[in-house]
Amino acid sequence: MSAMNRKLIQTLAETISKHVKHFNKTEVECLIREFNVLLGEQTMPGKAVTGLDRIQFRSILHNIFKMTDDMIMDGVFRAFDKDNDCFVSMKEWVEGLSVFLRGTLDEHIKYCFDVYDLNGDNSLAREEMFPMLKNSLIRQPTEEDPDEGIKDLVDITLKKMDHDHDGKLSFSDFEKSVKEENLLLEAFGTCLPDTTSIEAFEQRVFQEQLYQ
Amino acid sequence: MGLSLTRAAQWTMASSGTGKLEFTPMNTFLLKEILHFVEQFSSQHPQEAEHVFEEPFHWSTTLVASDFKTDYDISDSDVQSHEKDCEGHPLLQLSPPTVYVRSFSQLSKLVHLADDKKLEEVQACLEENRDPVVKILGPSFVSTLEKEDAHTDVLSLVDKVKAKDQGKDPEVKVKLFLLLQNMDNQLLSKCLKEVSGQDSLDPTAVKNEVELLKKFCSEGERRVLKLVRYTSDYIFSNGCRSPLWRQVHGEICYLVIEPCDTETLYITCSTAGVFLNGGIKQEEEESGYEQTSDMYKDLVTLLKSRSPHFAENINKQDFGVQELPSTQKIQHVELVDVEEQGQPQRSYEQQEKNVHEKARQQHTLNKAGGEKKYEPCPRWKNLGLMSPCGKAEENKPSKSSGEEKSGEIQENLGPGAKSKMKAEFSVSSFPGRLSSQKIKAEEKKPSKSSGEEKSGEIQKRKLGSGAKSKMKAEFSVSSLPGRLSSQKIKTPAGSMPVEAFSESSSESEEEEEQPERRPESNTDLPSEYWQIQKLVKYLKGGDQTATVLTLCAMMDFNLMQETCQLAIRDVGGLEVLINLLDTDEVKCKIGSLKILRKISHNVQIRRTIVDMGGLQSIVKILDSPVKDLKALAAETVANVARFRRARTTVRQYGGIKKLVKLLDCVPNLADLTANQEKDVEVARCGALALWSCSKSTKNKEAIRKAGGIPLLGRLLKSPHENMLIPVVGTLQECASEESYRIAIQQLDMIKDLVENLSSDNDELQMHCASAIFKCAEDKQTRDLVRKYSGLQPLVLLLSKSDNKQLLAAATGAIWKCSISMENVAKFQEYKALETLVRLLTDQPEEVLINVVGALGEFALIPANKANIRKCGGIKSLVNLLTGTNQALLVNVTKAVGACATDMDNMAIIDQLDGVRLVWSLLKNPCADVQSSAAWALCPCIKNAKHSTLQTRPP
Repeated sequence: MSAMNRKLIQTLAETISKHVKHFNKTEVECLIREFNVLLGEQTMPGKAVTGLDRIQFRSILHNIFKMTDDMIMDGVFRAFDKDNDCFVSMKEWVEGLSVFLRGTLDEHIKYCFDVYDLNGDNSLAREEMFPMLKNSLIRQPTEEDPDEGIKDLVDITLKKMDHDHDGKLSFSDFEKSVKEENLLLEAFGTCLPDTTSIEAFEQRVFQEQLYQ
Repeated sequence: MGLSLTRAAQWTMASSGTGKLEFTPMNTFLLKEILHFVEQFSSQHPQEAEHVFEEPFHWSTTLVASDFKTDYDISDSDVQSHEKDCEGHPLLQLSPPTVYVRSFSQLSKLVHLADDKKLEEVQACLEENRDPVVKILGPSFVSTLEKEDAHTDVLSLVDKVKAKDQGKDPEVKVKLFLLLQNMDNQLLSKCLKEVSGQDSLDPTAVKNEVELLKKFCSEGERRVLKLVRYTSDYIFSNGCRSPLWRQVHGEICYLVIEPCDTETLYITCSTAGVFLNGGIKQEEEESGYEQTSDMYKDLVTLLKSRSPHFAENINKQDFGVQELPSTQKIQHVELVDVEEQGQPQRSYEQQEKNVHEKARQQHTLNKAGGEKKYEPCPRWKNLGLMSPCGKAEENKPSKSSGEEKSGEIQENLGPGAKSKMKAEFSVSSFPGRLSSQKIKAEEKKPSKSSGEEKSGEIQKRKLGSGAKSKMKAEFSVSSLPGRLSSQKIKTPAGSMPVEAFSESSSESEEEEEQPERRPESNTDLPSEYWQIQKLVKYLKGGDQTATVLTLCAMMDFNLMQETCQLAIRDVGGLEVLINLLDTDEVKCKIGSLKILRKISHNVQIRRTIVDMGGLQSIVKILDSPVKDLKALAAETVANVARFRRARTTVRQYGGIKKLVKLLDCVPNLADLTANQEKDVEVARCGALALWSCSKSTKNKEAIRKAGGIPLLGRLLKSPHENMLIPVVGTLQECASEESYRIAIQQLDMIKDLVENLSSDNDELQMHCASAIFKCAEDKQTRDLVRKYSGLQPLVLLLSKSDNKQLLAAATGAIWKCSISMENVAKFQEYKALETLVRLLTDQPEEVLINVVGALGEFALIPANKANIRKCGGIKSLVNLLTGTNQALLVNVTKAVGACATDMDNMAIIDQLDGVRLVWSLLKNPCADVQSSAAWALCPCIKNAKHSTLQTRPP
């Protein structure tokens, strides 16, 4: 890596780390390097690149954080891609990971809600829950209508979480439910990494790169 | 030798004058014992051996003159001993083939001479001298002695004999008599041991069968027998009712049975089988024990052969019980596994309930008896039976009754669920009825088991409520989970039936369990069952997301309510919850534990968790890196480990060590980080679990070995009550062990315990006082309590007279502390004595014991003796002398004794007839009471005005 590049990264890290809660400057630097590595692998030279596209991002989620559900991964991408330009920029990457890896409960609630809010209207309707839960039940051959169970599950969930009884989950519904029972944080699918993959990722990115 | 010879020995012709002893193992055994006795006699009791028999023993001997050696005058074939009695008869005289012997010393010599034929000699002697004791001592003597009961001592016997009988050496005679009697008793008890070692029928099996037969006496037109009764109401500890000397023959009890169509039958039930006897009507009959019929394998078989009416009708009766091991041999019962052991219990329970139930009428009588099988549960039967329209339904085909039931349910559930339910219901109400036929096929399925529990539960509930229509609904619904679980639960069927009955069994391990809670549940049982069942279905078929959602939904039920707790188990949810514990999904484990920790408040659930191996999984989680999981797992262990088997499981799977590790935290930092706070919570849950576990002695030891004591000591510094209660609870539980008491003292925990005596929390105060109670056996500890000013708080606790447990602990601590006189002096400052005397009335025994114990110590100081009197304590103390609690009596006599050294006190004691009461306690069965009473008598007698009168027993 060239000296200029190194300088640039340090400056960038300095700027970004001011806006990021959970990483120090060195860690941001490491994340930026990681971002560049991930980006560099698959970009065509000469093309102006603003960030990781959906495909790249999903493969990261899949390979590093063992996520499998397409719909959830799209949701995570959306949650990272704050400006909706279909790319996760370097800044979005670092900010997103701050919550993703080290977020507080409140940050996680917001993040998960964003992931689940497929249409971005700040509420989760039945129609949004259904596809997310669609594969959560193993098909039972005896069941007349295979979707019956899913619908039932959605009902159960709404009954549990819809505090204002308007038939959909607003952010405050969601927040209240999760505060009551933390297990409901990832109610509609795993969208946060588990501790082992967090540790593995941090180990690899922060520790190894420090000694480069 | 009297009883054992006439009764235990097996004679060829009962009660005839010249019977022969049969050659049976029992007789051989008896002979050997008697021979041994005779051989040893002259060396062990030389004086008695010289005693000359009133009448000589004579029998045809095989010995000839040549067998005799010196000491004998031998002329031709006749032999005479040198020794002669006072009238000149030689003590041994042989005129072939008869030999006459007049003393034990000669008998001993003779058997020595007989050498290898000695057994035959003894046998011949006994056969021809059927009343040896009478011959030895003379008829009048024996009859005099036999009238005396066994408790009279030798001297009074001698007096009696002297008065009646002018014969010589009454002392020797009495001694001889006692020796013989002693020998007789030993023989009998040895015989009994021999007999009980043999194959035998189980007395409980006989009892069960009799119980069953008794039911048949009271059924109106369907009456099969008129009367079934025992001849004796007294039951020996081994379950037999026959007199001891008949038990030697393996006889268990005698019955009088009046069938409807033939004469009264007098039946002997023995270990070998049952048979008709010579007509034993009352207990303690002397005759009629002989066997007058063939031997039958059980009562029913006997009755069938004797009473055609019985044989005809018995087949119509519900006779499931007969297949239970009613007449199987004991060994069989012992060999079978745990599940089967539950069965006799079950059969008993079944009889207790109604037997006349038609649903299982077709149930075959003749299934192979020894085969292990799962009975269709009696509770199922009850289901049909208890239904208010029972009679009507009985005669309908089961199908229609099933539909009827499902109809009832639908009303209850509302229209929404109707269509789906109906389909399931028409089947679901069957299992109870069909299971009797299908039992073979379903043997491995647990449907009956969960079903039976259910219906059993329902039945109890029915007893409580009584609202008919509601009941109907509950019954029929309840049958549902049974059916469903038959398809879904995969647990081995075995675990459940045991579970179902253990609650009613006398299982010793339940000693600490509280009686089962049966809430008067008026909730909408059906809907909850349905909802929970649906949730469990999703739990089984869901991925992590669906599982977590479902678990959260399940938490919304009132999991402290028994209906829900049992519903979860009965629809197979418990197994899924336990399986989740073995997955890698942290969230699922957390969710599962959050439910388990609640439902494990239920006794039955706890047992099922242990039976399913769930406790192992929970113990495994105790060293998870996730703190939430550790805390939840420990909390669940705290609930589950309320019975011994569970506590043992925790220890065996290394749980104690893991739990002790959880205690490692810093509890008393001013401000904790979130992480440290979690550590404290984990430690608290760990302490809770250890508290439950510490009720087993081995666990106390394991906690100590794992280094738990210093950690508990550190947690004792915590400012939080919710931490202190389990910690002090564990400590006071363990303080029963010396090692803990020493550690508590050395690690300076007394200081913290004393400090917490002044807490606002009654429970904490109680545990602290209780710990001091146990530790203050040691003098240094008592001094420490004083040093840390713990005496005053203890006295202050006496004012909390509503809380009896607290009061018992506080008075206990005061008692033990007052063993040190310096402490008594302090207590006097705080006016403890006056308060204690007030507590002498209207308190439960556990308080009284301690109060009186304390007063006993206080009264060792002269000033206090007067004080006790002034407060009116003497009268209360004397009143307590009439109690029955032995621990209390020990303390009361001690206190009375201490008070009696004061003359004024003595006057009051005298006036209240206290000395007589103390005296009568000398007869108390408890040795401690006796000794304490004896000590108390000393000052009483010394100080009483009429001491000569007092010394006479009342």
